[in-house]
Amino acid sequence: MMASSYNAKEEDGHHSGASSHGGAGAVKSKKPDNTAFKQQRLPAWQPILTAGTVLPAFFVIGLIFIPIGIGLFVSSNNIKEFEIDYTGVGESSPCHSCAKNFSWNSTTPCLCSVDFTLEQPFESNVFMYYGLSNFYQNHRRYVKSRDDSQLNGDRSALTSPSKECEPYRTSEGLPIAPCGAIANSLFNDTLELYHIDANGTSNSIPLVKKGIAWWTDKHVKFRNPGGNGNLTVAFQGTNKPVNWRRPVYELDPSDSENNGFINEDFIVWMRTAALPTFRKLYRIIQKKPSSTPTLPSGKYVLNITYNYPVLSFDGRKRMILSTISWMGGKNPFLGIAYITVGSICFFLGVVLLIIHHKYDTRNNSADIPN
Amino acid sequence: MTHFVSAEEERRVRANDREYNEKFQYASNCIMTSKYNIVTFLPVNLFEQFQEVANTYFLFLLILQLIPQISSLSWFTTIVPLALVLSITAVKDATDDYFRHKSDNQVNNRHLLIITLIIQVLSWMNVRVGDIIKLENNQFVAADLLLLSSSEPHGLCYIETAELDGETNMKVRQSVSVTSELGDQNNLASFDGEVVCEPPNNKLDRFCGTLYWRDKKYNLTNQNMLLRGCVLRNTEACYGLVIFAGPDTKLMQNSGRTKFKRTSIDRLMNTLVLWIFGFLVCMGVILAVGNAVWEREVGSLFQSYLPWDPPVDNFLFSAFLSFWSYVIILNTVVPISLYVSVEVIRLGHSYFINWDQQMFCSQCNTAAEARTTTLNEELGQVEYIFSDKTGTLTQNIMSFNKCSINGQTYGDLTRLFVLLSGEATDPLRLDFTPFNPLADQDFCFYDDTLLESVKVGDSHTHEFFRLLSLCHTVMSEEKSEGELVYKAQSPDEGALVTAARNFGFVFRSRTPGTITTTEMGRPVTYILLAILDFNNIRKRMSVIVRNPEGRIRLYCKGADTVLLERLHPCNQELMNITSDHLNEYAADGLRTLALAYRDVSEDEWETWSESHRCADKATNCRDDRLAAAYEEIEQDMMLLGATAIEDKLQEGVPETIAVLSLANIKIWVLTGDKQETAVNIGYSCKMLTDDMTEVFIISGHTVQSVRQELRSGHRSGQLHVRLSGVSVSLHLGIHTDKEHSGQFALVINGHSLAHALEADMETEFVSTACACKAVICCRVTPLQKAQVVELIKKHKKAVTLAIGDGANDVSMIKSAHIGVGISGQEGIQAVLASDYSFAQFRFLQRLLLVHGRWSYLRMCRFLCYFFYKNFAFTMVHFWFGFFCGFSAQTVYDQYFITLYNIVYTSLPVLAMGIFDQDVPDKRSLEYPKLYEPGQLNLLFNKREFFICIAQGIYTSVVLFFVPFAVLSDATQSTGVPLADYQTFAVTTATALVIVVSVQIALDTGFWTVINHVFVWGSLGSYFTIMFALHSQTLFRIFPNQFHFVGSAQSTLLQPVVWLTIALATAICIVPVLAFRFLKVDLKPQLSDTVRYTQLVRQKKRKPIGRSGRLGARGGSRRSGYAFAHQEGFGELITSGKNMRLSSLALATFASRHSSSWIDTLRRKKHTHTHTPPSDTSQIV
Repeated sequence: MMASSYNAKEEDGHHSGASSHGGAGAVKSKKPDNTAFKQQRLPAWQPILTAGTVLPAFFVIGLIFIPIGIGLFVSSNNIKEFEIDYTGVGESSPCHSCAKNFSWNSTTPCLCSVDFTLEQPFESNVFMYYGLSNFYQNHRRYVKSRDDSQLNGDRSALTSPSKECEPYRTSEGLPIAPCGAIANSLFNDTLELYHIDANGTSNSIPLVKKGIAWWTDKHVKFRNPGGNGNLTVAFQGTNKPVNWRRPVYELDPSDSENNGFINEDFIVWMRTAALPTFRKLYRIIQKKPSSTPTLPSGKYVLNITYNYPVLSFDGRKRMILSTISWMGGKNPFLGIAYITVGSICFFLGVVLLIIHHKYDTRNNSADIPN
Repeated sequence: MTHFVSAEEERRVRANDREYNEKFQYASNCIMTSKYNIVTFLPVNLFEQFQEVANTYFLFLLILQLIPQISSLSWFTTIVPLALVLSITAVKDATDDYFRHKSDNQVNNRHLLIITLIIQVLSWMNVRVGDIIKLENNQFVAADLLLLSSSEPHGLCYIETAELDGETNMKVRQSVSVTSELGDQNNLASFDGEVVCEPPNNKLDRFCGTLYWRDKKYNLTNQNMLLRGCVLRNTEACYGLVIFAGPDTKLMQNSGRTKFKRTSIDRLMNTLVLWIFGFLVCMGVILAVGNAVWEREVGSLFQSYLPWDPPVDNFLFSAFLSFWSYVIILNTVVPISLYVSVEVIRLGHSYFINWDQQMFCSQCNTAAEARTTTLNEELGQVEYIFSDKTGTLTQNIMSFNKCSINGQTYGDLTRLFVLLSGEATDPLRLDFTPFNPLADQDFCFYDDTLLESVKVGDSHTHEFFRLLSLCHTVMSEEKSEGELVYKAQSPDEGALVTAARNFGFVFRSRTPGTITTTEMGRPVTYILLAILDFNNIRKRMSVIVRNPEGRIRLYCKGADTVLLERLHPCNQELMNITSDHLNEYAADGLRTLALAYRDVSEDEWETWSESHRCADKATNCRDDRLAAAYEEIEQDMMLLGATAIEDKLQEGVPETIAVLSLANIKIWVLTGDKQETAVNIGYSCKMLTDDMTEVFIISGHTVQSVRQELRSGHRSGQLHVRLSGVSVSLHLGIHTDKEHSGQFALVINGHSLAHALEADMETEFVSTACACKAVICCRVTPLQKAQVVELIKKHKKAVTLAIGDGANDVSMIKSAHIGVGISGQEGIQAVLASDYSFAQFRFLQRLLLVHGRWSYLRMCRFLCYFFYKNFAFTMVHFWFGFFCGFSAQTVYDQYFITLYNIVYTSLPVLAMGIFDQDVPDKRSLEYPKLYEPGQLNLLFNKREFFICIAQGIYTSVVLFFVPFAVLSDATQSTGVPLADYQTFAVTTATALVIVVSVQIALDTGFWTVINHVFVWGSLGSYFTIMFALHSQTLFRIFPNQFHFVGSAQSTLLQPVVWLTIALATAICIVPVLAFRFLKVDLKPQLSDTVRYTQLVRQKKRKPIGRSGRLGARGGSRRSGYAFAHQEGFGELITSGKNMRLSSLALATFASRHSSSWIDTLRRKKHTHTHTPPSDTSQIV
């Protein structure tokens, strides 16, 4: 800052200072306070990196990380996971024709079924996922293309959605509910699972479609306009998203607790993925009360209502079945990473210890050169 | 500074004619140093702030964010920090300006008497050019005035110019003779002279103009001017015509605008910020190219789910927009809070300087003051100190310390200590009052044998002091009886006359022809026949007096070298003893004078006075002929003895210099004093020692001689280097300089310096000077001081510090990187121009080695960490770009981006930047070598910067890819996948906050309560704020703003997330820890070692070899009489022109008081309750 160095106050101050030498006691001492803070003498902990503190730290980190890693690795290995790609890229794949002939306008759904065999039985609850690859749910324009007020049941937002939803904001002059690119691209394949038992009959496996969304999403973030009354009335004056076959209030007409904005498939889709390859929870296969495994080993058929085109952008669709442990699904990386980091720490500790013993100079330099 | 009258070529001022003067629109006497008023504050301040590049840049970003296609962040992520920064700066500017307003008002509203037809009292601000104003004794001069008349004879008046040029001795100003007769106020009111003079300028010692009055011209010079800032002394009143007012006055013209100094860290920081901008653009380009490729290869196919925004119709345009989007996202690599944080830290350091008790001088009740808050860390990098001498190294107080009378030495304290051995008490200060009521209370002397010798009436002693009371050019002033005040041109003389006064030979008054003294209580008047005044060549002065008995005697005092040659041969034995004493005194660093007398017979006087008169009247070579005449009579003198005067060094000066030079700081003394004085002080403060190989003295008057002297100095320097086995030319720069600078010193005179500073010789001068351990420049002008500083700045690229106390140091203080003002006796000009001020030179070591060192260390650590944390934070977006189609999607929640720099990570690093200490203050004074890293700029430079950046980038890689690898497949324990965007964001953000907190914990070396509170508080605030922002309450109110509802609890309840965070933290920190440990363990810095020894309490401290060397005595004898600053009042005294003081004193003597000593004593008893003010500071 530019400032004049002339300061009249000081001119004055000096003068009064000079004349006040005679009158002792009249001058207030300008001596700074003798406080620990002002004199920078605050009591302080002064950590210092010595062999005595650093080396044990390395060993401790190593000793903590390695067992954790082993635990993680073991529990991850105990998890059973089955994955099947049903995109229909290859000529031989059962969904090839569906994938090729698909168009948004076709009214008749294309059906295909994929056979697979589970080598091992799946115990406990089994979770069924659909996986998409090369699908950019994390693209900026995609992520912002939604209106949380509308999804929260705000009436004014229902009739005039946020500008962020463009170009899926209105269609045919009516506001779209739910608006935006995320809602518009809702995953709408239907997957059904059949178990082929020993004598060749196929038994439909019951798939639970509730309890797959976050609690806060289901109960706080997403709400139907006008509560859960007559949704047809509530959504009057709005249009369905252009890619959708049915309006939002017909997503699950059988269950009013799972219809409209609070439809859990819809909620799961609306929680955008962080990466272009992702999986989303589709259904839960509840554990049977009896001791038989939820999914015994054997042959299965996956029936797909093929509605969702991904081949145009080289995407892939998968169906995943997985059991779960205390730390979630199969996750070999975490365990291996822990074991690796733990070992490196331990190794570093040893190396540093050797270096310290071989080359330590400090003990010889107790007095400080000046 | 309101305005400048543009291109004013000459100034015309007509007295008492406001109408006429107003035509020229001269500046009024109103001073405005403030910048704003209430109305203009906001626009002007904002305008100024947006002139800062950084602020404009952020404004530009803000505008970019308003474009929806570009906006990758919501508007508040930029505006909140920007508003915060702007308002903090605005508040600071407003407070500064408020105080300026206050002080302006105070000065502008001082009252004075103004005489324009009607006599009225006006405030200073209402004074206009052309007014005639009255000044009274001890008042400040309100504007630059032409002295018209004064209450004193001949229109004389006395001023003190300490405020202006720093000189404390009084100066005489005289009005033009015609106006001095004007006298009373009525005449002055009708005075209508017109002054034509030079336009306003800043030359303090020059004025040139003409007064036109009654059709006559009178030349005006600086002798006729009273300048604003001076104080009127010893003059009842005077009248002056205002020539320059307010901003046009020489004082204001001189103060000028201070150059805005920047530290080298500042400059480095600005370069780095530019580099980072370049880096930012590079990343933007890379990502934009990526975007183009992606949109072409993938995005165009993905259109059925995600069409382009309307204006975008091809991938190139999309890439262009994404470039700007990424510029917005990645701008946090140069966070706006950087500059504000740096300011805050410096402010904190400045307060610590102001608060430091150990830099408080209790005698003058002054604390150290950091007058600028922008230079603190540069204090830790100083390599060259340029110091003034008088008032800076020395107190400018002369004290009569020892004397040798007739072969007997007095005042030797060591001898006294021997006498007092066994008793632990200090020698008692002699109390002169019972013996002599006229004694000066402040005079200190410890040896009572001298007083005894006076009392018993030893004739030599009496003659010794008689000489001291007669042979001088001091003037006395006796305000009331016994309250003597001496005015001396040189402080040495003042000290000698005061000594004589205390030993019973009181100089009371003088007239052109007489000197009145009180000898042992008996008034004696001597007839003063001649003063043989001092000059630099003669190095002595004499007086010839006739005593009441009628005998004529010549008293002479002078430099021993010249005086001992002129003694009568019979003095040989005495001379030898005295010579030994003189050597002893000189070895103690005292300034010596030899005293002698000679009886002159009547005849001899007659013939000599005749030849003297002839010489005096001679028109050509008057000086030479006078000198010859003086020489003629100053022969065959009888030696009386010698005096030793101590030019008191300021407390702790030699120790400070020793410590500073141990810290590898080179000290140059630049002084206006004579060579002898400067060398003498150089010895007494141990800059020069007798074990130096050679002291080069360069005092040539011509270019050739200076060059030759420099070269010979150079050659012997080189020779020495070769002899010591290293044949490296001294040209080669610092390293050779450092290793071989121990043995040489350079003393250069002002006139030689003028040649040495010329362009073709300056490199030669610099290389020679830098090869020397000590450099003393004497007889230098203020301008030369600045030139020397500039020279070193230019050739050495080193940080320079200038320290001084007088107005003559202002130029050097302003041109050095750091200016330090000593708030001592010499006015406040230096302090006003300085960046730091304190009362004593010795505080410099604390300022540099403690505060400067800490400031540098803290600032470096702060910057390293700051760049690190922002790179770690920002670069995550870069990596994420490769997985989100280069769409400028952020990794974190927008609120996190807003608050990261201003809440979550600002306070711990600020606490470190303000409070961190590596070693305690005592240690850094004990081991001055600890200062070296600052000088070599080791702690923060481009290399360190790249290390920080690399560490930041490494951290960002870990922070992105570890959660990426873990979460992409992981699910919650309810089976819900963890790879959703919000969980990923919360995990990465939490890991980031934890990693940078652990890192700051590692960086902090001094954990005070405040650090604990800030570090833990920041972590706590992160979680608190995150839970609040992700809460249902806020979401219910603004569903469109808080998208992350429920993410915090959902995410942080997952063990996998915590395992991920722990893993990322370990991967980030472990290598740093290992690296730092290795560095400390294998290559410990001195500070590490000191810290370590501190820790293990190894108290095997080596005593520093300071005391031994400091005790060494200088050997060569240095005469004191050369030290008078200029010729005495001799001429004035004999001409009788300037005899106002003494005539006044005489008059009061004659009329009101009898001159007898008994009467004096009696009167004193009556008035003994009134203590005479002991104002010796006026003498010295």
